[in-house]
Amino acid sequence: MRLLISAFSGGLFGLGLMVSGMTDTTKVQGWLDIFGNWDPTLAFVLGGAIIPMFFAWRFAAKRETAVLGTPIPAMPDPKLGRNLTLGSFLFGMGWGLAGLCPGPAMASLSYGGWNGALFLVAMIAGMVAAVPVKSRLEAPV
Amino acid sequence: MIEIDWIYGLIGGLMIGAAAATFLLFNGRIMGASGLLGGLVDGTGRGNWTERAAFIGALVAVPAAVTLFTGQPDTHLTSNVAVIIAAGLLVGIGTRLANGCTSGHGVCGISRLSLRGIVATVFYLLGGGLTVLAFRHVLEVI
Repeated sequence: MRLLISAFSGGLFGLGLMVSGMTDTTKVQGWLDIFGNWDPTLAFVLGGAIIPMFFAWRFAAKRETAVLGTPIPAMPDPKLGRNLTLGSFLFGMGWGLAGLCPGPAMASLSYGGWNGALFLVAMIAGMVAAVPVKSRLEAPV
Repeated sequence: MIEIDWIYGLIGGLMIGAAAATFLLFNGRIMGASGLLGGLVDGTGRGNWTERAAFIGALVAVPAAVTLFTGQPDTHLTSNVAVIIAAGLLVGIGTRLANGCTSGHGVCGISRLSLRGIVATVFYLLGGGLTVLAFRHVLEVI
């Protein structure tokens, strides 16, 4: 059952990315291009996605476990550190350069061609490289 | 005036949010694309790797199945290999340092009014906006 729900969510996520146009890198770069020909589509996508999740969190707050028994994830420690800010900034740079974030990068594997697959390989390499960097940044200054 | 792209954006967004809500309410998991994949890459997600694999498998397979009927959508991805590699590395390292990307911090974090999610979103929008400004309008390479 857990696997069925996982696959359902993953599939719906992929469909949503396709319908919303977020697999088209020009729309993503257009959203980030505030000083050029700005494309506000992504605001509708993010806004649309936040609405069901807002109610899901409200509903989840009343219960301790999810339907299939796993505890509802606790609110993360609100501590902000260099990993969060620097990491997000670096991610944003890559997002702006190519117009792909991790979800669409995976979703476009079948139609993104060799360049899309190359992006995915580079992204996975970056994820491996992040492990030692992360522990170093977490160490006290 | 509402453009048709914005309506598709809103509908697609609602679908993404519904996917995240299902994943949370049934499986008790946060739908973060970078975290789901990253946990498989570095081994931190070994305990629930089947859920991660099922999610990612469907995330790849369902759009693949759709394109059999609709034809391949144009991603307009750059053909500049150096840009692709640099961008992929930055996205990979950045999302793992920050513990999240657009789906985890953006969709799941903001909707929970999580300070971390909101701060992360501000920083990746800043990074993306400045990068497009620099590389499109100043250096004119993307």
